Amino acid sequence: MANALQIVVCAGIVPDPLQTLEPVTNPTGPGIKNEMVLPAVLDPWAASALYEAANLATKNPGSKLWLVSLGPKAKLQQVMMTVAQKVAFELVPVDGPLGGFPDAHSTAAALASAIEAIPGIDKTKVLLFGGWESASRGAGVTLQLVGEKLGIVDQFQGVDQIDVRDDGSFEVLERVEGGRHQVSVCAGAPAVLGWATGSLAEPRNNPQIGMANMRTIMPALQKAKAVTLDANGLSYVSAKLPSQQRETRVVKDMTPDAIAAELVEWIVAE
Amino acid sequence: MSATAPTATKSMLTLPGDAVRQILWRFADRFDLQMLVQSTRGVARGTVARLVAAGERNTHEWTPGKNDMLKAFDQAGVTAAFMEPEEGGFIAGPKNLALSLAAFELAWVDGGAATASLAGFLALAPIHERGTPEQKQHYMSLSAPAAPGEDREPWRGAFALTEPIPYVGVDTGMLSGKVRVAEWKDGEEPIIEVDKRGRFITNMGFANFVTAAVGSDDERIKGTCMVILEIGDPGTFDRGTPTKKLVHQLSSTCDPVFNLKVPASRIIGGYTVKDGVIVPNCNHGDVIEAVFRRTRVPVGIMSAAKLLSAIEPVIRYHRQRFRGAEGAKPGSLRYEQGIQQREDALHRLVDVWAAGEAASSLGFETARLFDALDPLEKQKFEIMKERGVNGGRAEMKALKESAEKALELLAMKEDDPRRAELEADPLVQFVILDAEANVLCPATKLWNTGHGANMLREAVSLMGGYGITEDCPGYLANKWMDAQLEATYEGPEAVQRRQMTVTMTNEVFLAIFRNWIREMRSIASSKPGTGACTLASAMTLWLWSLNHLQNATDPTGGKLYHGQRQGVTFALADALSWLVASRSQILDVLALEKNGPNDPVVAEDLEATVLFLSDLCYSQAALAAGEASRICAELVFGYNRHPSWDEEEHRNCFLASEIDELEETMPGIGAIALDVLGNDGSHPLKAGPCAGCAGSEEFLRLQNKLTMCLTGSRLAKDRAAETIGKVMIPEALDYPA
Repeated sequence: MANALQIVVCAGIVPDPLQTLEPVTNPTGPGIKNEMVLPAVLDPWAASALYEAANLATKNPGSKLWLVSLGPKAKLQQVMMTVAQKVAFELVPVDGPLGGFPDAHSTAAALASAIEAIPGIDKTKVLLFGGWESASRGAGVTLQLVGEKLGIVDQFQGVDQIDVRDDGSFEVLERVEGGRHQVSVCAGAPAVLGWATGSLAEPRNNPQIGMANMRTIMPALQKAKAVTLDANGLSYVSAKLPSQQRETRVVKDMTPDAIAAELVEWIVAE
Repeated sequence: MSATAPTATKSMLTLPGDAVRQILWRFADRFDLQMLVQSTRGVARGTVARLVAAGERNTHEWTPGKNDMLKAFDQAGVTAAFMEPEEGGFIAGPKNLALSLAAFELAWVDGGAATASLAGFLALAPIHERGTPEQKQHYMSLSAPAAPGEDREPWRGAFALTEPIPYVGVDTGMLSGKVRVAEWKDGEEPIIEVDKRGRFITNMGFANFVTAAVGSDDERIKGTCMVILEIGDPGTFDRGTPTKKLVHQLSSTCDPVFNLKVPASRIIGGYTVKDGVIVPNCNHGDVIEAVFRRTRVPVGIMSAAKLLSAIEPVIRYHRQRFRGAEGAKPGSLRYEQGIQQREDALHRLVDVWAAGEAASSLGFETARLFDALDPLEKQKFEIMKERGVNGGRAEMKALKESAEKALELLAMKEDDPRRAELEADPLVQFVILDAEANVLCPATKLWNTGHGANMLREAVSLMGGYGITEDCPGYLANKWMDAQLEATYEGPEAVQRRQMTVTMTNEVFLAIFRNWIREMRSIASSKPGTGACTLASAMTLWLWSLNHLQNATDPTGGKLYHGQRQGVTFALADALSWLVASRSQILDVLALEKNGPNDPVVAEDLEATVLFLSDLCYSQAALAAGEASRICAELVFGYNRHPSWDEEEHRNCFLASEIDELEETMPGIGAIALDVLGNDGSHPLKAGPCAGCAGSEEFLRLQNKLTMCLTGSRLAKDRAAETIGKVMIPEALDYPA
């Protein structure tokens, strides 16, 4: 199996975006109000990475797929009841704090350490996937730092597509400005790919897949290593939600072109 | 940063999430069920919600869109939830709780979708419960969704029992559907001809096979049976006209006509030939009893789900009601709290929420009970087979000894040396659980759907005019109307009351009930805020009333507790249903309090969540107690003839002149004498002299105690209302409306 891949997906959990997300100051720093009790989901960008990884693993028989996730293990377990039904993977849980505010270096160190401890993993053959963005604060550097700590220097961000060739090299499409993609060809693993949305729909839940995954997920959760994340001197002056503005007009006699023109005018003015 | 996180609070932070529900309904350790919940939820709040929003409920026909819903069930594992792993399923063992959870999730959005799912299981249930091994293997495998790599459509089934007038209903032992021998060659399997007309048959618009109840019309076939009919069988397989239902339009319902010739091996449970007569191994009554006992529970849970699904939309509507109005500036009380400024809106929502919690608790407790009962029933079946006991009466006789042991066990002290022996006896355990299930199942179906429909009306009313529009978030008007069908199909309310009339007087159940009263008193002593004491008092009053009414007669000497006297028996069944629902609710909250600390997610807000849910318990217990008190008082006193002002009955009254005389020796007697006749024979303006309470003093004592046990219940309601005014809800509903 020339292209039996080792794919590691780093994915955090975030509050369900439909919930009311209100920044608050906790004794340990910024956070989201009631975050521990809010329903959580797999970070949507990282979830895209997971689905692309599973698709890639299916196309390359013999491949292995691990999902590495840092969060309170009770929350991880709840999220797994849905995520585990989507695609086949092995979970590598890291029992740590919730939220998007911990220091990215500390988080990356914990993730890299967990990846290095995966039995049978070969860092020189790893494709490290994750989200290019995050539905939580999104430090924007965590995945890159994990790659650096693992010694993986070929890194791609805003990825929408990967095509692995027979010789193990692969072509990557990265988003660039103007709705275009930059095409790169990489000689092969290891590499870091921070995914945008990819092109795959979210797989349907399938409890059969879930039950198969659970055979390894539950023991892994029970054995999850607890970590504390150093602040490394990081402090936040303020945290607030992006401002929202809603101006609704009901208009029935405009053409689509006219509506588009008005929207452009409004966006430019903003 | 807009706010500082509170370090301690007594007010529940968010609506109870999955982790809380898993503990309340006792499936925190069942990952298969948790995944079923998530996958079913995906279909409900995705495919199903979009169908409703797109107006698919506006047609009675079976449409491609509705058919897509079945495919979504298949893909999400909902169809396979009924199957054993070897048949293509993923849940091993009894599936009552599993199917109930799936029904809960689907009904959260649309009751018809839940019905479509359940009806498939209902069609398979006769085969699953009583079919031969060959029948089980064949039809369960055909109905399982295609495995990866397989290219086939799963079979869908329909259950055909109900018939056109006059044989409407499921309580009837009479069937107009007939079966006769069409051909019986020597040494070959008989071919039977089935003639059946169905009415209101769910899934009929697309079913590949039907399990139909028929009676013999041929002396060569004995009694009744259920037969499997397939679409390719020779003869007529007419799906019939779609029923013009006003509710549950996402399920297919038709009035089919069948005239088909099928091999006798299609008789469910098989048959034996005795003296040239085909004797079905199971009559249709045996089969439907085994089936309905289980399938009625998820129906009750459907109504419960709809009640709980109403909470979030109502809160959002109330809070946002005035936003955008001239007089509601951001930051003002009117802007922030909207209609929630008004106590009435909060209190009424407490009632809806409490009813939803109680209905869910009762339904899921019953589902779990059937999960425990299923293996015992199989054991009992095997034991009876070994002993050569066959048939209902013979079995009842054989179980008599076990019933006596059960009574002994139920009255036994914890440290009794015989306890272990009796607890290990499967027949004793069967008798106990069976007695409990025989009450809780009809109570679930009756109370959840009946009271649920009333409370759904309340939920609709809380949305004002919006509530009765198609745009109402949460489809509340649909859910209200749908509840009426849930109260009707699979055995209408009268059938459930009739069943309870018989089962609630079973001595084993009454022994269980007495233990429940002690259990509630014990809980009350350590958890006084749950309403357990109120409930225990109401249960005591109900039990006293039952005993009294079983021995009492009316003025003509007619027995009050009698099968035909439904004014008594049905009312007592109604009262009991309120009580058992309240009990289940209290037990669930105690389970949360006990097991919540083990889950860090739940532990975060456990104290406040338990406090809020306890307040709902207390409020609901007070309602249940009031209802039981009203019903029991009406029954205990209502059948006594009221004294009248005639010569005979008012001769014991004082005359005004007598009172005047007595006043001299007993000053003040005039103030306490109730019925005083004027010297001219005139009497006070009322129906007659006040009725005495001879023989009912104990009732009045118990009722008086119960009334005082309501102390604090409105304070609990106030606290619950305050929480509803503060609890955080999501920004938007997670399904389209």
